[in-house]
Amino acid sequence: MLNDEYGTYEINSEIWDLEIQPKRNLLDINLKEIWNYRYLVMLFVRRDFVAKYKQTILGPLWFVLNPLISTFMYTLVFAGIAGISTEGIPPQLFYLSGIVSWSYFAACLNGTSSTFLNNAGIFGKVYFPRLVSPISIIISSMVQLGIQLLLLSSFMIYYGLSGYHIQINSHLFYIPLLIINLALLGLGFGIIFSALTTKYRDLSNFLGIGVQLWMFITPVIYPSSVVPEKYRIFVIINPVAPLVEAFKFVLIGAGEFNYGRLLYSVVFTIILLFVGIVLFNRTEQNFMDTV
Amino acid sequence: MSRVIKIENVSKQYRLGSIGTNTLRGDLQRWWHQVRGLPDPTLIIGQENSLSKSSSKSKNQDEYVWALKDINFEVQQGEVLGIIGKNGAGKSTLLKLLSRVTAPTTGNIKVKGRIASLLEVGTGFHPELTGRENIYLNGAILGMTQTEIRNKFDEIVEFAGVAKYIDTPVKRYSSGMYVRLAFAVAAHLEPEILIVDEVLAVGDAEFQKKAIGKIKNVSRNEGRTVLFVSHNMSAVKSLCSRGIILKNGISVFEGDIEACVGKYLKGDNDLANHKVWEGTTEILNEDFELIEIGVRGKGKDYCELMRIDEPIEFIAIINQKNANKRIDITLHIKDDQGNKLFSTSSAVINNSFDLSRGFYQTKGAFPANFFNWGNFYIDLFIVENRRIATVVVEDILSFTLSNKEVELGTWMGREPGGIMPTFHWEKRKHIK
Repeated sequence: MLNDEYGTYEINSEIWDLEIQPKRNLLDINLKEIWNYRYLVMLFVRRDFVAKYKQTILGPLWFVLNPLISTFMYTLVFAGIAGISTEGIPPQLFYLSGIVSWSYFAACLNGTSSTFLNNAGIFGKVYFPRLVSPISIIISSMVQLGIQLLLLSSFMIYYGLSGYHIQINSHLFYIPLLIINLALLGLGFGIIFSALTTKYRDLSNFLGIGVQLWMFITPVIYPSSVVPEKYRIFVIINPVAPLVEAFKFVLIGAGEFNYGRLLYSVVFTIILLFVGIVLFNRTEQNFMDTV
Repeated sequence: MSRVIKIENVSKQYRLGSIGTNTLRGDLQRWWHQVRGLPDPTLIIGQENSLSKSSSKSKNQDEYVWALKDINFEVQQGEVLGIIGKNGAGKSTLLKLLSRVTAPTTGNIKVKGRIASLLEVGTGFHPELTGRENIYLNGAILGMTQTEIRNKFDEIVEFAGVAKYIDTPVKRYSSGMYVRLAFAVAAHLEPEILIVDEVLAVGDAEFQKKAIGKIKNVSRNEGRTVLFVSHNMSAVKSLCSRGIILKNGISVFEGDIEACVGKYLKGDNDLANHKVWEGTTEILNEDFELIEIGVRGKGKDYCELMRIDEPIEFIAIINQKNANKRIDITLHIKDDQGNKLFSTSSAVINNSFDLSRGFYQTKGAFPANFFNWGNFYIDLFIVENRRIATVVVEDILSFTLSNKEVELGTWMGREPGGIMPTFHWEKRKHIK
């Protein structure tokens, strides 16, 4: 191209591999770049797993012990003392299946919610797509989920052998989809939180108690059928509820499998994830200046 | 030769001070008061609200600082560019922008090829993981692919010299081993552009030699581009071909590395090694008046570069106005951290002073090979009758001593301490 003012040729044939500019487009999300960093995701997953249990005596056994202890407590308190219905299903099975699915969602949410603050040190020194961190967290939480699912199946086999009729239904192939939906929902909420906590530190204090309260408006320790009409709205607007319900329905036949409400969860997840990624993308450019 | 980096009008603005009202509570409170038409409760009285739209522009501007302002330069392929400047000049900010840790406020940067930075080696090292696992993790964080790391693995281990401990968690490593391993991974990255920031401050002399050799090799034999940031002028001189001086976020000089280093060491206005008062002197009382004060290389001019291997002299000219008082000068010499190194005084002069009125020159001599290199500051005490300090002026002078020529491959870092005297050493065959 001829540059009129100076009469010289601008070398326009130069190809730049990278342009660093003040503001990126809101939707400029480089998924291909994240894919190129898939090896790093794998290593982060491995690191999280190794680091978490390296110097504990029981190691990954904690993945099993945690839900076992919770199940025991809930059986004692909610089924034993409070007498909340479990729709005729052995309370241990009912609670364990609820806990396993809920705790995966909670692990994704909690783990990704502090992405920026926890990684400030490393983010401050090198560049890699920041989404690699939260993605690796939902995957490493999947390891935990896998072990807990094994525990759940051994419970099911035990109850099956001791005479209780376990009705595994044809919806079983929905399980991976439900898990992915739980993961993405947790990721969506988590990255929104992580972006907001760089500015509002108060939120990280709120999150701990918030997740706990959230569990009680989700049909984890009770079937949604026992919820009184005036409180039903909490279950209906809660995007986690249909997923946990469906998860229980598929494995132990409790609760309901409602396509309409599942669709609501899916749509909710897609919108949430979209908002989350946009917000995350905006934050990642400049958060080092304010953190 | 082709350009591999092009930086156009790049500026970076930071907000000053703590961002105090930016808690959720503060923002909600402000919003709620605005809704009800009340004044902002988080506002400090007497100060304009920087967040309201009506506030004046100038007030607003005060809260921001330009860490970099309108930086323009290009880097050619295979060039080793030295970026020099004092602390706070904007060097690190520039490197952060280049390594995409944070985004510029204005302007744009175009890059050809992969950039890797040694901003701080060992980023992402996890203490619980073994040396082997950390090589893979660190390599991937820095942008290497699995195959690349696998191909380089043996070379990295050998370079770091940790072969025996490669399957031990790095938390059991000595700090030297840790740093060597970290540097080794980064040095084997093979990016087209390598950003190096003060890595020479780590490791022992032998390792430094290796590291410098590696950087030289990377640029000369492999045609890679290196951006090198250091306070160590002898390292900069021996590695770089071209340099840029940053000062307060502005690029003040760009050119040949010799000229660059010379200008940086000398042309620093903040360092005044010579002061003369004509007519209105500021340092005086009824007994004396300070006319001139300075530090220079012995027999040299005040504007010449001072080196640690030449004698240094201190000179003060005083107008003595009272014939009955002995006036002495005591100096406290400080390093650039403000630590007092030693004190020295003309009070040691043992003859009975000529106490008549008139101008006197007081001269103090420091031997060659006494100071370490770096910046020094002087506090001045005017002492009356060797008893009372009547006038004290802190930081009246400052001066910079540069290092002597150092043989390449020997220790190039700065030895600790403000002084580095050369004492008499000898070594001979010991016969029993």
